[in-house]
Amino acid sequence: MSQEHIDEAISREYAAGFVSDIESDTLPPGLDEDVIRFISARKGEPDWLLEWRLEAYRGWQQMTEPKWAHVHYPPIDLNAVSYYSSPKSMKDGPKSLDEVDPELLAMYEKLGIPLHEQEMLAGVAVDAVFDSVSVATTFRGKLAEAGVIFCPISEAVHSHPELVRKYLGTVVPRKDNFYAALNSAVFSDGSFVYIPKGVRCPMELSTYFRINEAKTGQFERTLIIADEGSHVSYLEGCTAPMRDENQLHAAVVELVALDRAQIKYSTVQNWYPGDAQGRGGIYNFVTKRGVAHRDSKISWTQVETGSAVTWKYPSCILRGDNSVGEFYSVALTNNFQQADTGTKMIHLGKNTRSTIISKGISAGHSSNAYRGLVRMSPKAAGARNYTQCDSLLIGDRCAAHTFPYIESRNPSAVVEHEATTSKVSDDQLYLCQQRGLDAEKAVSMIVNGFCKEVFKELPMEFAVEAGKLLEVSLEGSVG
Amino acid sequence: MLDIENLHASVNGTDILKGLNLSVKPGEVHAIMGPNGSGKSTLGHVLAGRPGYTVTAGKVTFLGQDLLELETEERARLGLFLAFQYPVEIPGVSNMEFLKAAVDAQRERRGEKPIDAVSFMKTARETCKAVDLDPVFLKRGVNEGFSGGEKKRNELLQMMMLQPRLGILDETDSGLDIDALQVVARGVNSMRSPDRAFVMVTHYQRLLDFIEPDFVHVLAGGRIVRSGDKSLALELEARGYAWLEEEVA
Repeated sequence: MSQEHIDEAISREYAAGFVSDIESDTLPPGLDEDVIRFISARKGEPDWLLEWRLEAYRGWQQMTEPKWAHVHYPPIDLNAVSYYSSPKSMKDGPKSLDEVDPELLAMYEKLGIPLHEQEMLAGVAVDAVFDSVSVATTFRGKLAEAGVIFCPISEAVHSHPELVRKYLGTVVPRKDNFYAALNSAVFSDGSFVYIPKGVRCPMELSTYFRINEAKTGQFERTLIIADEGSHVSYLEGCTAPMRDENQLHAAVVELVALDRAQIKYSTVQNWYPGDAQGRGGIYNFVTKRGVAHRDSKISWTQVETGSAVTWKYPSCILRGDNSVGEFYSVALTNNFQQADTGTKMIHLGKNTRSTIISKGISAGHSSNAYRGLVRMSPKAAGARNYTQCDSLLIGDRCAAHTFPYIESRNPSAVVEHEATTSKVSDDQLYLCQQRGLDAEKAVSMIVNGFCKEVFKELPMEFAVEAGKLLEVSLEGSVG
Repeated sequence: MLDIENLHASVNGTDILKGLNLSVKPGEVHAIMGPNGSGKSTLGHVLAGRPGYTVTAGKVTFLGQDLLELETEERARLGLFLAFQYPVEIPGVSNMEFLKAAVDAQRERRGEKPIDAVSFMKTARETCKAVDLDPVFLKRGVNEGFSGGEKKRNELLQMMMLQPRLGILDETDSGLDIDALQVVARGVNSMRSPDRAFVMVTHYQRLLDFIEPDFVHVLAGGRIVRSGDKSLALELEARGYAWLEEEVA
């Protein structure tokens, strides 16, 4: 883009009076530099961040959508997307649970979600809000005492600019890939976490987050920094079904584990998967990556049951010597869902270790692919990886694929890969039914058994919910 | 308790049962013997409701209900138990979890609450002892990596935990050494009661030395061709099946 164009864009922005008195809360569809300036201005961002976004945008314009994943979907018209929409006012929400879609409520019920959380998730504008505010305040007080910073990233830009500026984009560079570049240009909001040196975060960063989750946008951006010797466990997502009008979701998550730090990042993803005929549903194209410094550890645990199309590879760059990376994943697809998910373990330091346990479950007409890269660099002496990749098929119309990539450039590195594919057999179902269990209960029990190794990595109360979530997601997959 | 009238059934289009009649009263033990391929195992699966086993004619009444109208799991909850000849493995699902789910399914049908974990564990451990199975098996996956004998004892464990009204044992004695056979027999005998019945499918007289049947039936060509008391089993042991098949032909 020439200097004239830039100048023109800037002047147009002012001419339109974007900054001060905008009437509409939602931008018309389409993306250009003006849109990015508008977003940045609405958030009152400093100049450096605007420039950062614009640079990402310019890079993105040169990029093309990746096509290598084992998923098929009609082309996405990125000019039909609106890139800014301010959070809906609580006044517009339903007044009570009576006004909420009964199907949604039935799902909450099955998952055993407490009533006050149901209200928050459904956006009910009642006392629940006061409740959440007070709960949140209590949490914040406790965290502040420990020196932990936990706030929206848009707030951190103002309150802790030095940290944001230092780390933003250092793990997932702005031009890393098509969707990460798009996210860098237009990201809406997300979480920022900083754990000071030697501090063990006093609580799971989950409950509080769950309350706020429902309002996060389409281009979420999260940055977590665990300073030397600190510990944090972060839980993203929610077992409750998430409905969203935005079809495309392109999030970026960056984790930085400094020397001896430990980060455990758990995700439960249950976006709308589309209906039983494969209509609708979210496209979830996510870039998640962590950098592990000396003696540190990054652990990803994910339970993926939602979205029509998933494209997601939470990865670890094991930069420091003796650092550890872990990836535990359950990905379940039903009906016409498609998932291409896995991880990358990039071993750079000496004696780095990684473990990958992936459990893919396919039912209905769905397709489920594991894609993983283990790379041992020339300097990664004594590095080790263990990968176990299991697929379970339910019915005879679904598919499971495994695409493991192994690159070893160090003779002392050890890479192990085990893979199995099995089917929920008619004999297993018959045994269960002969003992009095109905087919759905039987399948959910078999699937839960299959996922046990991953579920035990989840925070306790969530493991139970995740089990129920699989049960709900598998409904209608047998008989 | 169980009344089978003129039962015809086929598997994959092949007729296996061709007009079978049998009546079992509470408290009785029936042994079903017969040559290979006579339909002994099919009978058990048809009664249990195995998918793919098609009843083409006949009527079965169990505890006053039309058994063939019921789903597989409903038959089980009503008190029909089949001890499998070849129990399958369910990796990752612990035996304990499996047993509790089965026990609770029956309780639910009776309108009872799920059994509390403490009393369940206590009963399960005691039952393990009774079938000579180390309680550590409760924590292992259902039949996962079990030896043949352990699988059979695990079937017995399930039957003792579920306390069915009718127990069908499908060649439970096959592949068992004499010690294991005695364990199984002791378990079954301990469960004999005036309101419970057993149907044992077996090839050999040996099992009947330990579990004494009230009736012995010979199944051949998909029908019961001869019924008698336990002396019939001894006769079969001595003479084989050929003479019976000839007689019927």
